[in-house]
Amino acid sequence: MRAKVYVTPKTGILDPAGKAIERSLHSLGFAEVHGVRLGRYVEMEIDSEPAKAAARLDDMCRQLLANGVIEDYRFEIGEEKGDER
Amino acid sequence: MRWGVVTFPGSLDDSDTTYALGRVLGEQVTPLWHKDRSLQGVDCVVLPGGFSYGDYLRPGAIARFAPIMAEVVRFARDGGLVMGICNGFQVLCEAGLLPGALIRNRSLRFVCTQTVVRVEEAETPFTRACRQGDLLRLPIKHGEGCFVAAETVLQQLEEERQVVLRYVDAAGRVTDEANPNGSLNNIAGIVNRTRNVFGLMPHPEYACESAIGGEDGARLFRSIRTTATGGSAVLAASVPSGL
Repeated sequence: MRAKVYVTPKTGILDPAGKAIERSLHSLGFAEVHGVRLGRYVEMEIDSEPAKAAARLDDMCRQLLANGVIEDYRFEIGEEKGDER
Repeated sequence: MRWGVVTFPGSLDDSDTTYALGRVLGEQVTPLWHKDRSLQGVDCVVLPGGFSYGDYLRPGAIARFAPIMAEVVRFARDGGLVMGICNGFQVLCEAGLLPGALIRNRSLRFVCTQTVVRVEEAETPFTRACRQGDLLRLPIKHGEGCFVAAETVLQQLEEERQVVLRYVDAAGRVTDEANPNGSLNNIAGIVNRTRNVFGLMPHPEYACESAIGGEDGARLFRSIRTTATGGSAVLAASVPSGL
């Protein structure tokens, strides 16, 4: 099954990349935007039992995909392959 | 004493560290390959600068799982001396051997320049050849050198005197202008609670010869040498090579 992981900087952590993007959006005329944060998106296929997948994915996030000092994470486990827009 | 310098795929300053220690300072250096499972009895392990694993995912995030790192962690937990320079500092934070994390420079630019750092703590194995308040001129070259940590962790670092080096101006003042990357509290280098693991963003290995800018970096290496060869040293357990 397909899994999607979203890693974002913790609130309170300096995010100069997010700010730079926000400034660029503003200069393009999108003045309504604020609080831009730049994160990371990882997707993968997981061949594990659905009951175990969430716990395994959680371990993956805590050990490697996200640095708990500076990042938060959440994930979605899809039903089938090709389940995306 | 013997120094171990680790090479990960993508390490850059391993050879310069080996050169500075071996050729300039006359030390015995043992190269340690990332796949090795033995530290070969070295007295101090150095994790060098560079772009291990291309900085993929996060700088140091993948290097921390290299086979050699299991030995480095064990060595550190047993009180062995470990020094992480730049990418090495990032690896130590990712490995949980040092608190906090290094993130993208607040300017978003890769910064390559000379800095002045002030010795905040001379009572460490890494700075005992210095006096508190000494100013060291050390170069930096990094894109992700901004040290951050939770407020409580930062407080603990300051209270427990774990901040070893701080970015200052030429007169020794802690100012925002003197901060090259946005590090909280202008922190350039820290030690762990037991003061045997040291991480710093500046490069002492590029400051061991006056011909290329100065010799202040040698004082850190000499401090380690004094510690490792003196009575108060904590030496690594001897591990026969080949294991």
